[in-house]
Amino acid sequence: MPISTSSAPTPTRSRSTSTDLALIASFAALIAVLGIVPPIAVGLPVPITLQTMGVMLAGLILGARRGALAVLVFGVLVLVGLPLLSGGRGGLGVLAGPSAGYFVGFVLGAYVTGWVMERLADRVPVVAAALTAAVVGGVAAVYLIGIPVLVWRTESTAMAGLAFLPGDLIKAVLATAVTAGVRRALPGR
Amino acid sequence: MIGTTAHTRGRLSVGHRLLAMLVAEVLLVLLVRSLPALGLAAVLVTLAYAWAGVRPGEAWRTLRLAILFAVVVGVLQSIVLPWQRAVVIAGIMVLAVAIAGLVTLTTATSDLLDALERALGPLERFGVDPERVALTLALTARTVPVIAGFGRRLQESGRARGVRLGPVPYAVGLVVLTIQHAERVGEALRARGVDD
Repeated sequence: MPISTSSAPTPTRSRSTSTDLALIASFAALIAVLGIVPPIAVGLPVPITLQTMGVMLAGLILGARRGALAVLVFGVLVLVGLPLLSGGRGGLGVLAGPSAGYFVGFVLGAYVTGWVMERLADRVPVVAAALTAAVVGGVAAVYLIGIPVLVWRTESTAMAGLAFLPGDLIKAVLATAVTAGVRRALPGR
Repeated sequence: MIGTTAHTRGRLSVGHRLLAMLVAEVLLVLLVRSLPALGLAAVLVTLAYAWAGVRPGEAWRTLRLAILFAVVVGVLQSIVLPWQRAVVIAGIMVLAVAIAGLVTLTTATSDLLDALERALGPLERFGVDPERVALTLALTARTVPVIAGFGRRLQESGRARGVRLGPVPYAVGLVVLTIQHAERVGEALRARGVDD
């Protein structure tokens, strides 16, 4: 169950409350920060960061709608030129590169993560719900857009797109542990 | 912030820049199939950079990662494809980023944001509030250093206790501080009447 906001009594509201707006902005900023510190250098041109875990956390903690909006806000700031994407990337070139599909897929990924989490959270233990949601949304849904674009632009096989699978599955596990930890630290939210 | 463009160069409107970029990208992907075509495209893109007055250092920073990635892909592809084809694939990858990067390098971030806000105007009937979008974007840009500060504080407090914070405790702390910060900001926004 995503955290609720104290000022949101009507579940069918079409506009966000001020706390929703602040949560969306703060999580968009969190995703950016997870792409900066602490980077784990592995000798690749792009350092391994926890940024994709941030995308999963947005869905797991904020839910489908607010989570996807947080990722969308993050994406817009990257596209207008803020160097917030892991590796200090930013600007319209992000959309022209071979990994553009993953970048676009982040929004869908956060939405699907939140959607699955909202449906499972009350039925199965939090850890099972979060892990399922993170793998289905944060990995599979992101790959659904990311891999076809990568294959199209590099003319490689889909196997190339699976190079990041082990790392992304580890991040899904981490996101699950973080979600459980946040729930322990902030019970009732 | 490092990397953002402060001033717009040239007189072309943002809309026309984006349109020109789109046309150039489509032509690049559709028409460049051979080494001579790639060479011609590279010359045209280089001329565009020179015409726009982009310094070589700026161009290098924009293209560094794309070039590295393209070299890796080109080398791998030359194993299974004819080398000419591998070079064309890698070259198109770099030029595509270069074309989009030229818009970013020569257009102020604030002008791009203004253009976005104008573009959202027609979406108002679908419940999109351009002013609210602009507020959220501005709030996010100002929140990044705040959250980065939380991150530094967490790592410092870990070091003070002689432990190196692992990724999970670090992220749990960061998310908790982020949520608490958002709740304070939400209260402040409500006090200023951002809720309708």
